[in-house]
Amino acid sequence: MSSLTHKEEVPEGGYRTPDGRIIGGVLMDLKDITLRFGGVTAISNISFDIRQGEIRAIIGPNGAGKSSMLNVISGFYVPQEGEIWFRGRKRPPLKPYQVARQGVARTFQNIALFKGMTTLDNIMTGRVTRMKSNMLEQAIWWGRAEREEVENREVVERIIDFLEIQAIRKTPVGRLPYGLQKRVELGRALAAEPDLLLLDEPMAGMNVEEKEDMSRFILDVNDEFGTTIALIEHDMGVVMDLSDRVVVMDYGRKIGDGTPDEVRNDQAVIDAYLGVVHE
Amino acid sequence: MFYREAGDFKTSYVEDGQTFPIRLDRWGYYAIVFIAFAAIPFLINDYWANAVFVPFLIYSIAALGLNVLTGYAGQVSLGTGGFMAVGAFACYKLMTAFPEINIVFHIIVSGGITAAVGMLFGLPSLRIKGFYLAVATLAAQFFLVWLFNKVPWFYNYSASGQITAPERTVFGVAVTGPHTEAWAKYMVCLVFVFVLAWMVRNMTRGTLGRKWMAIRDMDIAAEIIGVSPLPAKLTAFGVSSFLVGIAGALFFAVYLGAAEVGEAFGPQKSFLVLFMIIIGGLGSVFGSFAGAAFMVLLPVLLKNLLVGGLGWPTDLATHFEIMLVGALIIVFLIAEPHGIAQLWRLAKEKLRLWPFPH
Repeated sequence: MSSLTHKEEVPEGGYRTPDGRIIGGVLMDLKDITLRFGGVTAISNISFDIRQGEIRAIIGPNGAGKSSMLNVISGFYVPQEGEIWFRGRKRPPLKPYQVARQGVARTFQNIALFKGMTTLDNIMTGRVTRMKSNMLEQAIWWGRAEREEVENREVVERIIDFLEIQAIRKTPVGRLPYGLQKRVELGRALAAEPDLLLLDEPMAGMNVEEKEDMSRFILDVNDEFGTTIALIEHDMGVVMDLSDRVVVMDYGRKIGDGTPDEVRNDQAVIDAYLGVVHE
Repeated sequence: MFYREAGDFKTSYVEDGQTFPIRLDRWGYYAIVFIAFAAIPFLINDYWANAVFVPFLIYSIAALGLNVLTGYAGQVSLGTGGFMAVGAFACYKLMTAFPEINIVFHIIVSGGITAAVGMLFGLPSLRIKGFYLAVATLAAQFFLVWLFNKVPWFYNYSASGQITAPERTVFGVAVTGPHTEAWAKYMVCLVFVFVLAWMVRNMTRGTLGRKWMAIRDMDIAAEIIGVSPLPAKLTAFGVSSFLVGIAGALFFAVYLGAAEVGEAFGPQKSFLVLFMIIIGGLGSVFGSFAGAAFMVLLPVLLKNLLVGGLGWPTDLATHFEIMLVGALIIVFLIAEPHGIAQLWRLAKEKLRLWPFPH
């Protein structure tokens, strides 16, 4: 790691990870979030922050409110109480597409690709917020429309190279196997060049090999593009290896927050979720 | 000379993004365009123009329009007939109010007016989806036909309630009215078809088309990556209605010459165009043409075969034709639910490997 040799300053609010990466200040701060559906409280009074450049995991048993938390961040749900601060500013209630334009991208637990479109078109769609040409320019395919298409295609091709999916570029995604679909969905989120990337169970239903590939991609995204990542995952081995800090949720409450080692040895977390290894 | 990409290297993203990536396809396309513009106008007669080419071209525009909305953007519409009527009546009012202005502008402006009306009726699509939207657009269909029947201003207070296209010329050649030559009708429609199909193709291969298809395939995911649903759906309604309006204007002014709204633009027209895009292939420019060809040519073909070839009485042939077309539609939908465009795609995929499939 280069950052070990250069003694860089740790910015305010940041820290240095065990492997020597520098984590910056707070990117997103969630303060006292409470989300209710009628009488059901999905999330109650949860606060945590996500710092620049870190990989932040959210774990917990089924129904703990992890996905609801991601949906709050990405604007699907508006919490009844609490504040979301993004890049040092309080965020008003926004529509999902407005959140996307602020630089937040995500993937879904159940793949949400555009089935009728090719891999290339799916990833190109990730760049809609960067395409400015108007309808008339598009209709006659002149000037800005064609230029934008080529410029964005270059970015998308870099992502395709990065994810090693060159061979399926022009295949409709509906025909692809599950693991590849997950990869294309990651590509679509990356195409937006987000500051904050939310991954909802990126490794669900994968075999060991696919999980290793996906872990490598997540680490590379973080390392090469400096993208901040928040992810939900059930595979504890993966979570503990990948993430810098972990939030643990249970029944909509936060029961733990800290580095993987801290969380692993926290009695409340062991009782609620991790359990003990039976020898 | 095999049908494949081999040896035809693409060295830029512009080349890679072209509509016909295979050389043979490109040649075929140029050949068809050449024949359509340079050969058919000299050979066409009244029968071929009125029975085959002009309705085929006009329905192609309408099918393209509906395909933008239903095939690309996934919003089902049963209001096509009503929107065609808007185009027709807008064209009629413009033709009679501003006789000194060229008819081509009238037709384009009619498309614009229809686009505005279509976007208005598209507003509910934000809240309602699928069958419910289909019913809402069907309401638009009935409302518009009723409106053009009830308000005499639209048909200039004519006693019969009909609208009749006066004679208008382009470059000194009559294109509407009773003295129009077959080739003139054909050329006007062909130019509109050519330009509009090219524009639709451009829109659907670019970011606008991807927004529409994203909304169609998974609206939640579309929103999460930054597609705002309102503009995406409204542009689809706008572009679609623009095309349908132009089709309606041409249908009335160039093809029919005189029209009564309930008869020419009733709900059966909406269903006819919907059949066209379902049989042709949803979400495909080629499918719009294929569907229009199927629905226009098949009855003509059957009629010639049964009445001309086998000497059946006309009424029997007409009934048999209705039954056969209906049966064919059903057979077709079972055999290939994705339409003629999908058959064409599969054929091309096979052909790419032929004659060495392994």
